[in-house]
Amino acid sequence: MILDVRQLRFAYNGQTVLDGIDFQVRAGELLAILGPNGVGKTTLLKCINTIHKPAGGTILVEDRDVLRMAPGDIATRIGYVAQKNETARLTVFDAVLMGRKPHLRWRPSRRDLEMVEAVIRHLHLGGKMLRTIDRLSGGELQKVCIARALVQEPRLLLLDEPTSALDLKNQVEIMRLLRRVVDEHGVGAIMTMHDLNKAMRYADTVVMLKDRKVLSYGPTRQVTAEMIESVYGLAVEIHHINGSPIVLPLEETGEGSGSSLLFNTSTRG
Amino acid sequence: MHFHNGQVPLEYRRYITAKVAFIGLLLLLLLMALIAAISLGAAEVGLGEVVRCLIGEPPNKRVATIVWNIRMPQALAALFAGAGLAVAGAAMQSILRNPLGSPFTLGISHAAAFGAALSVMLLGGGVMTSSNVGAVHITNPYLTTFAAFVFCMLTSSLIIVIARLRGATPEVMVLTGVALGAFFTAGTMFLQFFANDVQLAAMVFWTFGDTARASWNEIALMGGVTVVTSLFFFANSWNYNAIDAGDETAKGLGVRVERQRMLGMLVASLLTAVVISFLGIIGFVGLVVPHMVRRIIGSDNRFLLPASAIGGAVLLLLADTAARLMLAPHVLPVSVLTAFMGAPVFLWLIVRGKR
Repeated sequence: MILDVRQLRFAYNGQTVLDGIDFQVRAGELLAILGPNGVGKTTLLKCINTIHKPAGGTILVEDRDVLRMAPGDIATRIGYVAQKNETARLTVFDAVLMGRKPHLRWRPSRRDLEMVEAVIRHLHLGGKMLRTIDRLSGGELQKVCIARALVQEPRLLLLDEPTSALDLKNQVEIMRLLRRVVDEHGVGAIMTMHDLNKAMRYADTVVMLKDRKVLSYGPTRQVTAEMIESVYGLAVEIHHINGSPIVLPLEETGEGSGSSLLFNTSTRG
Repeated sequence: MHFHNGQVPLEYRRYITAKVAFIGLLLLLLLMALIAAISLGAAEVGLGEVVRCLIGEPPNKRVATIVWNIRMPQALAALFAGAGLAVAGAAMQSILRNPLGSPFTLGISHAAAFGAALSVMLLGGGVMTSSNVGAVHITNPYLTTFAAFVFCMLTSSLIIVIARLRGATPEVMVLTGVALGAFFTAGTMFLQFFANDVQLAAMVFWTFGDTARASWNEIALMGGVTVVTSLFFFANSWNYNAIDAGDETAKGLGVRVERQRMLGMLVASLLTAVVISFLGIIGFVGLVVPHMVRRIIGSDNRFLLPASAIGGAVLLLLADTAARLMLAPHVLPVSVLTAFMGAPVFLWLIVRGKR
């Protein structure tokens, strides 16, 4: 078990934001946190690496309580990719090298530099090593942030809406990259998401939050239209195309007449 | 994670070597500026004579006196003040993630001016004598220096207390600094309104930052503080790089962002306070030098901080030398020149675009 969250509670200004949250992440597992805006997805993510201090509960990373660990120590086990990207104007190489910070004493060793080069190459950023990151595309920048989290040599990766600001091609590229990292390196990963289809397609497990609590938690394939409807308050249908689940919202067609598909897939070919 | 098959790219090695070489070049420039500053002035001292004095073999007593008693103290004061103000400005800009971070914009200089004015008016530091060459003296300079220092540190402490209450975000700290700056400016104006002619002259005179003011003891103290605080900043350059990338990213990398921000702010304020209290207000060095250096060497604090320190020293040394020579036999306080130079340079940097 890489992560074990038990009875997590978080309060802000005396108001409970999250309550009684339980879930686990295993090695090689990609978990998606879903839920409507403002439900506390990002807050939950930030509680795990103690950017936010939980009001109660325990968070164990490989059986160690993160609430009793120093921030630098946590950073050697948990890599974090924030949603809001970067203002510093470092080169790609230096921006990734920063990920070695939790392991650095004074200056980067040869091993640090070699690892950075290997990760950059692994993520196909090799040609842009000395470009400053303000001159990268959104997708490339997100890769740099993921690369930085990877050189931390974490056991757990946290990603806050990793594809939210990207075009379709980059969204798919980043999701494939995450899947590959999780599969090849046996790390656990948690991402918050709005895109149900991406979550259903790439994640192994899903935590659905509603009203401060976990409404449902389990393997992606067990997610039902009813669960989604009760979380988002929107009627949907789940279809399968080439084995991948697709969530489609239903359109209200008027009083008493029930719902129909917003996009009618049956009329096509 | 298995990423152990990498190798350090040659192009990265070259890139780092170029930055180190630039810092080396700045050091060379600093040495040349120092020798020039000692050599140039009302009395001619040849470059060779300066070098002989520096290596302990002065050609004659007159030259030794000029070099060690007059030119060297002023040059070293300019060197340390320039280095201190620039490195403090560069650090503030990083930890506050604000290009306007500097002792000037954060109200620290205004607080010093208020402290000096208060000491002149109320604490009896302002009985002035006027010498026959037209220079004014504050008869109790240590009291004035002390008052300026106290108000500098009071301001930065207040910024930090408010930041603690409201969360140490850059916005809170910068806005608090600006508000306090305005408050102390008003306070100074209030004191000036009720001051008599002599006191008013002393208050205004104090605000002219002047490198000729410092004695050897003060220079030693200023130098010590500059060196120690600069080492503190250099040691934290990775932390500042992380904070530059965003608070959350930095926290994800294990940086205690609020603590770093407040400690960095306190150390930068201490450094600035020491310089300003001894020499008076020298504007724009802390703001402009880091921006100039950043354009050449980039935003990486590992290189930006030392390069800013050396760049600041070079700039203030050159400015001080120019200020001494421009209107000779009159000696212009260096702060007048830095303000004149700083504003157009800053505008030029803005027009040329942010980097």
